[in-house]
Amino acid sequence: MSIFIGNHTRLVVQGITGRDGSFHTKQMIEYGTKVVAGVTPGKGGRTFDGKVPVFDTVAQSVAAAGANTAVIYVPPMGAAGAIFEAVDAGIKLVVCITEGVPVIEMTRVMPFVREHGARLIGPNCPGAITPGEAKVGIIPGSICAPGRIGLVSRSGTLTYEVVNLLTRAKIGQSTCVGIGGDPIIGTNFIDCLQAFQDDPDTDAIVMMGEIGGTDEQRAADFVRDHVTKPVVGFIAGQTAPPGRRMGHAGAIISGSSGTAAEKMAAFEAAGISVMKRPADVVPLLKARLK
Amino acid sequence: MNLHEYQARALLKAAGIPVPDGDVASTPGEVESLARRIDGTVVIKAQVHAGGRGKAGGVKLAETPAEAAEIASHILGMQIKGLTVQKVLVVPAEEIASESYMGLILDRDSQRPVFMVSPAGGIDIEEVAATSPEKILRLPVDPRFGLLPHQAMTLGFFLYTDVKQARAAADIMHRLYKVFTENGASLAEINPLITTPDGRVLALDAKMSIDDNELDRHPHLADLRDESAEDPSEVAARRAGLTFIKLDGNVGCVVNGAGLAMATMDLVKYYGGEPANFLDIGGSSNPDKVVNALKIITTDPSVRAILFNIFGGITRTDDVANGIKAALEQFPVKVPIVVRLTGTNEKEAVKILQGIGMTALSDMDEAVSKVVALVGEAA
Repeated sequence: MSIFIGNHTRLVVQGITGRDGSFHTKQMIEYGTKVVAGVTPGKGGRTFDGKVPVFDTVAQSVAAAGANTAVIYVPPMGAAGAIFEAVDAGIKLVVCITEGVPVIEMTRVMPFVREHGARLIGPNCPGAITPGEAKVGIIPGSICAPGRIGLVSRSGTLTYEVVNLLTRAKIGQSTCVGIGGDPIIGTNFIDCLQAFQDDPDTDAIVMMGEIGGTDEQRAADFVRDHVTKPVVGFIAGQTAPPGRRMGHAGAIISGSSGTAAEKMAAFEAAGISVMKRPADVVPLLKARLK
Repeated sequence: MNLHEYQARALLKAAGIPVPDGDVASTPGEVESLARRIDGTVVIKAQVHAGGRGKAGGVKLAETPAEAAEIASHILGMQIKGLTVQKVLVVPAEEIASESYMGLILDRDSQRPVFMVSPAGGIDIEEVAATSPEKILRLPVDPRFGLLPHQAMTLGFFLYTDVKQARAAADIMHRLYKVFTENGASLAEINPLITTPDGRVLALDAKMSIDDNELDRHPHLADLRDESAEDPSEVAARRAGLTFIKLDGNVGCVVNGAGLAMATMDLVKYYGGEPANFLDIGGSSNPDKVVNALKIITTDPSVRAILFNIFGGITRTDDVANGIKAALEQFPVKVPIVVRLTGTNEKEAVKILQGIGMTALSDMDEAVSKVVALVGEAA
């Protein structure tokens, strides 16, 4: 088992013929992901890399290739439309990698996703990987190893940093999920914590948060009330100045709320072991799993 | 991206929201002729991206055109929170019967545009939220239907008992919602929204932030960016496609990815150093970006050493190494550089760096503690 993706994943890639889409599709196939279809309007009937059928619409890829998961690599102004299309076609898990999607578009996308009983991960995220089974997105497969730690993160390369530390310490992962750095995202910390709590193959959870908003504080409350598995957490941006957007659109301290100190205190209060730096992940996990 | 008051005001005015007469000016002479046109007491307001303008002496009344010019000569050029005032807004001084607050934000929790109104206007709304939250009414809007008439009236009646004024406020909210969505704002605030003794409802101040992700499809808004209000190095960085924020320390940081960049700054601090900047070279690995990053960081005289922290995923570490090599060939870098890189094409990257006499570390903690130690020695 694992969460969200795994051997059951049958993936359609939206934007498969684009520069990023084609590069990462090859990587996902190489990793062993079942990429069953691609979609680029106007290029239906072609074949990608000699083996993956390309369709004009997501609905065709569901009907003809049995796709059940979609990953989106289309440019920012088309990304919301691509999410609507995938959900409308009956896809229940949509992963949007695209960075720079206008936030107001996401306010329209989210009610639609919910009413269709679908899950969106992202946008502006690295996707998810279940080591040894499937990867959907851009997380480098080479740094991951199968195991029993669940990881959820708002960032990309910081996720890689921590996964790499875990793998080098021979601590494998059940699933790693990058939920994205935007203010409005489809899947939040609590969704992932719940899924990891319910997953019999996850023993402990690593949570990588950052400054801005109150998601981490609410996740801490959730951990206190509903999570029995050990949780280790980190907050990036302890040195960030207030009022500035630290790369991620969501990473901005407004007023006195959203600071790293406030989030770390919420973690401590909820019984989450707080990492002061990424390298603390291994000793803290080992201590909690004893 | 934050708009100046005069820019936000122009958007509100174009949408039919009542704002006082007046205009923006950048010389005392212009202020004088505006005051003459307005023909009465005027308010002169400094246009800078900083709160607390009034307290800093950036908002003043003038009774005559000559006094307006005199006051403007003091305000223009003054520093408010480190920012130089280049423009002032000149408006007639309105008589105020009541002050309210009206705001619209993209709320990350409810994932919707949310209206906030309060009859306690004219002061910092976060203060009202902290001390008397019952004085604020919040209303999430379903973006598929927009602001519905009864919702606007509910908000209007929270502000005013007089039905005419409640209707006027509701009308302003409908227009504000339209301006907000059409321009891709993440925040729009009217504080204060006033009533005059003769019963009119007016937007006396305006504040707007535009979602940076909207600027590509709204070039008229991108053109409103006031680069004079920013650090020149941040302007140069944005033109080079880098995300850069200048800080007060002396360890220059070049990192790929925003989360790792923040964690790197934190680790510099953890080892006793002070980061000089936040810099994210982004996901793509164009050697030119590295050259530009080094150019920008080395113009900061307080930088004593530079740290590269690159985790190669999409970013190819050999591209970064080539960027460092190219930069060193183009211009001298007088401070030590510590490079940490790991991931995609790491072996090639190490070889490139060895070719120019540099070593690469693969561990983040090792690299950060080393760069902090180098700064300590230089001091």
